[in-house]
Amino acid sequence: MDAETAKSLSIAAIMAVGTIAPAISIGWIGSKGADAIGRNPEGASKIQTAMILAIAFAEAIAIYALVVALVLKFVE
Amino acid sequence: MTEISIKAEELFRIGSWPVTNSLLLALVSLVVLAVTAFALHRKLALIPGKLQGIFEMFADEMLGLMDSVLGGRAMSEKYFPLIASVFTFILISNWLGLLPVVGSVGIREDHSFIPLFRAPAADLNFTVVLAIVSVFAVQILGVVAVGAGKHFSKYFTLKNPILTFAGLLEFIAEFVKIISFSFRLFGNVFAGEVLLIIIGFLVPYILPLPFLFLEVFVGFVQALIFAMLTLVFVAMAVREHEAH
Repeated sequence: MDAETAKSLSIAAIMAVGTIAPAISIGWIGSKGADAIGRNPEGASKIQTAMILAIAFAEAIAIYALVVALVLKFVE
Repeated sequence: MTEISIKAEELFRIGSWPVTNSLLLALVSLVVLAVTAFALHRKLALIPGKLQGIFEMFADEMLGLMDSVLGGRAMSEKYFPLIASVFTFILISNWLGLLPVVGSVGIREDHSFIPLFRAPAADLNFTVVLAIVSVFAVQILGVVAVGAGKHFSKYFTLKNPILTFAGLLEFIAEFVKIISFSFRLFGNVFAGEVLLIIIGFLVPYILPLPFLFLEVFVGFVQALIFAMLTLVFVAMAVREHEAH
């Protein structure tokens, strides 16, 4: 395997592995948020704000992976 | 395919100081904010017009949000300038970065094309500076609020070995905060830009529209997160921390 192939494969691997945990956590946050809204519909707006914030934090982990992948891809 | 550059391109130099396209758009957003502020200040009325109404609503929402974290209106008003300016600056610069002229208008030099504007947060320099400002502001506000000795005893203490170690870890965490702050904003905005370029390259019409909406939302959420995190760290620093 030459260097170029290894680089392409590692970029793909970074994104594939790096998005697993954020995907699970975003789904979990969403489900918990929906649970909470179902139990307490009056608090929907507050729960939504907290939910979106938490989702953005979880998403940030995927973004770190993306930054590493982009650096590998576009920086010589 | 269009070139994607991970760092901001240099447009020209003033002396030895390079002026990049990100810097240019950051300056534009500063001018936009300053002009709005002055125009608003000059026409300040007891019965608000439309523009003033929008900003009053924004200030009210923001103060309400800050109340829930800081636990009091007086505290919120004290730290409102820092949090609100961080929020508005990031928000305006993100949204200006989505305008059609950004990235498409530029200078052609032999074989390379240099866009005149680039979303400021798509340049790591911009986000690192914001992160440094917010982390240092937290330290300074903490010192002002509880006193230098008490504030830094959080990091350096010899009372018991476990606390000494935990304090050192917390001290390192302050520097990690700069990295996580800056990479979160940079990654989101830069990834958005790459996404828009690639979608626009694949399907030029209609399909980019929902992604554009997504980017408008992401720009807002990232600005909110940056401000909220700064707010939470400020709240933690200025609170008289009780004995563990």
